[in-house]
Amino acid sequence: MSATATTAETKTENTAPAVPMVNVQIDGEWKQFPKGTRLIEACMKAGSYVPHYCYHPALSSPGNCRMCLIEMGTPKMSPDRKPELGEDGRPVIAWSPRPAISCAIEVSEGLGVRTNSPLVEECRKGVLEFLLINHPLDCPICDKAGECRLQEFSVEYGKADSRFEDDKVKKPKRVDIGERIVLDDERCILCSRCIRFMNEVAKDDCLGFVDRGGHTHLTVHPGKRLDSNYSLNTVDICPVGALTSKDFRFKMRVWFLKETKTIDVSCGTGSNILIGSRENKVHRITPRENEAVNSFWIPDSHRLNYTYLHREDRLNEPVVKGEAVRWKDAVSAAAESLKAAGHSVAIIASGRMTNEELFLVKRLAATLGTDLIDIRPRAQKGDGFLVSDDGNPNTSGAKLLGIASGTPGSKLPEIAAGIAAGRITSLVVLGENPLNCGISEADLSKLSSLVVLDILPNAATKHASVILPGSAAYEKRGSMVNVNGRLQRLNRALTAPGHARDDWEILAELLRALGAETASSIEDLFKQMAAATPALAGLNLGKIGDLGVDLKA
Amino acid sequence: MKSLLLPPHPKERRIVFKNAWTQGYTPDIDCYVKNGGYEQLKKALKMKPEEIIEEIKKANLRGRGGAGFPCGVKWGFIRRDDGKPHYITCNGDESEPGTFKDRYILHNDPHQLIEGMLIAAYALNVNLAYIYIRCEFPKAAGIVTQALKEAREKGFLGKNICGSGFDVDMHVHQGAGAYICGEETSLIESLEGKRPYPRIKPPYFPAVLGLYMSPTIVNNVETFCHVKQILAIGSDEYAKMGTPGDGGTRVMCVSGDVVRPGPYEIPAGGVTLGELINDVCGGMKPGRKLKAVIPGGSSSKILRAGEVFKIKVKGDDGQMIDKEVPLLDLVMDASSLAAAGTMVGSGGVIVMDDSRDMLWALNNLNEFYAHESCGQCTPCREGVLWIDKMTTRMVNGEGLVEDPVTLKSVADNIAGRTVCAFGEAASWPVQSFLQKFPEEFEVAAK
Repeated sequence: MSATATTAETKTENTAPAVPMVNVQIDGEWKQFPKGTRLIEACMKAGSYVPHYCYHPALSSPGNCRMCLIEMGTPKMSPDRKPELGEDGRPVIAWSPRPAISCAIEVSEGLGVRTNSPLVEECRKGVLEFLLINHPLDCPICDKAGECRLQEFSVEYGKADSRFEDDKVKKPKRVDIGERIVLDDERCILCSRCIRFMNEVAKDDCLGFVDRGGHTHLTVHPGKRLDSNYSLNTVDICPVGALTSKDFRFKMRVWFLKETKTIDVSCGTGSNILIGSRENKVHRITPRENEAVNSFWIPDSHRLNYTYLHREDRLNEPVVKGEAVRWKDAVSAAAESLKAAGHSVAIIASGRMTNEELFLVKRLAATLGTDLIDIRPRAQKGDGFLVSDDGNPNTSGAKLLGIASGTPGSKLPEIAAGIAAGRITSLVVLGENPLNCGISEADLSKLSSLVVLDILPNAATKHASVILPGSAAYEKRGSMVNVNGRLQRLNRALTAPGHARDDWEILAELLRALGAETASSIEDLFKQMAAATPALAGLNLGKIGDLGVDLKA
Repeated sequence: MKSLLLPPHPKERRIVFKNAWTQGYTPDIDCYVKNGGYEQLKKALKMKPEEIIEEIKKANLRGRGGAGFPCGVKWGFIRRDDGKPHYITCNGDESEPGTFKDRYILHNDPHQLIEGMLIAAYALNVNLAYIYIRCEFPKAAGIVTQALKEAREKGFLGKNICGSGFDVDMHVHQGAGAYICGEETSLIESLEGKRPYPRIKPPYFPAVLGLYMSPTIVNNVETFCHVKQILAIGSDEYAKMGTPGDGGTRVMCVSGDVVRPGPYEIPAGGVTLGELINDVCGGMKPGRKLKAVIPGGSSSKILRAGEVFKIKVKGDDGQMIDKEVPLLDLVMDASSLAAAGTMVGSGGVIVMDDSRDMLWALNNLNEFYAHESCGQCTPCREGVLWIDKMTTRMVNGEGLVEDPVTLKSVADNIAGRTVCAFGEAASWPVQSFLQKFPEEFEVAAK
């Protein structure tokens, strides 16, 4: 890691292999693009947005929607097969009278494109009219409304009224094609994004078109269902409301959602996400593009992993010996009991904690003079794609900060044995269930003090001398390092319930009560951590950016 | 089928239809060999492949499937030694309304097609070829399959054909009933076992990325038969039969309101439309007058009786001059019909007399295209069905004043903006019917 940190964007450019560049004229301006760039991408990079439905940057181009038609020309050739040059020394372009699709053509030397000519405008209007004549126009009851491409492009290319005087085509509605998906074939514009996604990305060929012409409609192959753990990505990429999520259906208009950029904490991949919330309630989670992590996708299991946030039994007030107390009293009770235990303290931290929290936990261990500190490992069978073999989102951070420096969890047997033998009389449990760490309930009751920081009740909270209610991942700020060594940032989408507080603040209070150094803000805390951790040198929360930083680079 | 056995009309020159129309000729290999069959294959196998391609180029053979692309140029796209497998595929998906020539060859003279394909296979370094036959021709599929079996038994097909050291095999593939499979990239998708959606071009030009993503040549049934005949006649002689740029003969399938409809094999440019209708086909039905002609299959633009075209011809001083050509004096070759704003297409000449209602006729075509649009791309899928709904409503007496304008505008929004040529095929009739017979549409739009 160099002393000067760079953003993810500039790093990608610096390490990209040299691709030959070609000159392309877009709306009169000559620009250079790497070979292999699709024309539509070149246009958009040049600032000429090209409306589209079937094109998706992460999928192949079928060229079926015809919305991205542009005017194209190739260099005019002299009789000796050399490009004729104009007064500006650039090739003269021989424009084709026929429009061409920009999604399936790659840039080539001397190519000319017009994205704003009367013909292009006419093409877009024509295609949009075609897409709308058989569309149900049921926006008021459609979940996609507000983020629907048909609506968006109608603003620019649509007509106020319809010339279509005949009956619309009837197609299947409310089709249950998967555990988590409902299909409305009348809304479908047959762009085939979902089909291609299932084939090309999810590798589960289950969708296809049946029937012909204007009666063509989407369905699942006989005997198949759209039940892949990636099925809900089809809802995100559906440009209209044909595929809707059973989880989100009819729950909330999208324009009411507050969107928070953060990362998924369901596994070590750290997929980038957007939390859609309103009035402190999560309504949906959608993937956020990050080529270095999850592209445009996220597993269904992960995006639906938010209901625990709104459980009735969330810990929402500090408790000492079964009695709700004020924070001050809870923190001092915890500090007193830990001080009384002397060196016979152990700490079970969690691979679900942020770097900042783990940094403070490490300091807590030092203050208490114990090296019996570890996290609970969560090895699992990943899927080779976005579900990691590590169920903890921040094992890498725990290792980096010296908490699980060996094999994560290797000290847990020693801690369990110490409690059973009475050598350890005091235990701090942070966001884990000790019963899953080899400690029996009988042993828990032997402890003279058990300090628990968590968001939900478990076996530990039952026996706790002090309960410190903390915040869930989507309720706090901080950072984590994913399995590939990418430092990423969490942002707060919700506030924690009741009197629950940010975990780092609770830990800081506890340290203060124990007379140790702490931090006054999360930014300050990150600075302290970066100063003490060579791999994080020069970084701060702001520099991590929305896309994170590769610590290996 | 009886009329087929009539002796050739003096204007005709039967080459590819010679055997198919001879009394007593049977589709088996013995009959074919007895009539000189497979001699051109033997001759070809002794030639250099480049020489064969050169012969096809010199013969000015244009594809007989509808697009009329020069066959030799198409073959020239294939690099024999690029190390990839190459394929040839015969397009036997004859589905263009008004076209009925390939089925006679498939039924009556399958070995002529096989010989033509074998010559092409040798010229293009192809070891595997397919004959794609539409599902509505089940009998043809059986006959061609039997012919392939016979050819294999006689050593014309398989390993080391005719002792040349060249291996080639050939299979029949039956379609499942879609007009779109006549579009070559869609035919290839169908051959690969997929839903026959035409491919986007670029990048999927068959000669580059065709069957199984390998260089592939797709030719029409009649075209392959001409290949054999070019070797038999010689490219010079063959080219001379036609016009410059459009060599040889062409089977013109005349249907509709004439006394003797049927397929007629006529040298390219060898007749005018008037001669074809009034002489070759015996004129219009008694008491009827010509109203309109669709000259190259249902997709080609309709021509109206009495029309006069301005066509550029070479004057006496060698300069190009505009000449006024009445409809019936229009020469039936590729360039003249193109100059008249239509095309020679697949050779399907549909003749309509004064009893025909143009709105009804267009609606009939619209129904066909709406039924056959594959549905892949937006303008065709949505537009063609819309056009059909409009003309159906007009035929039913529920036309609206704005219908003719909307019809034209919808057709304009389809043509040139689709994945394949189906967009044009479906919009050209609408555009041309409206242009040529506006009064019949205005009457229905009230």
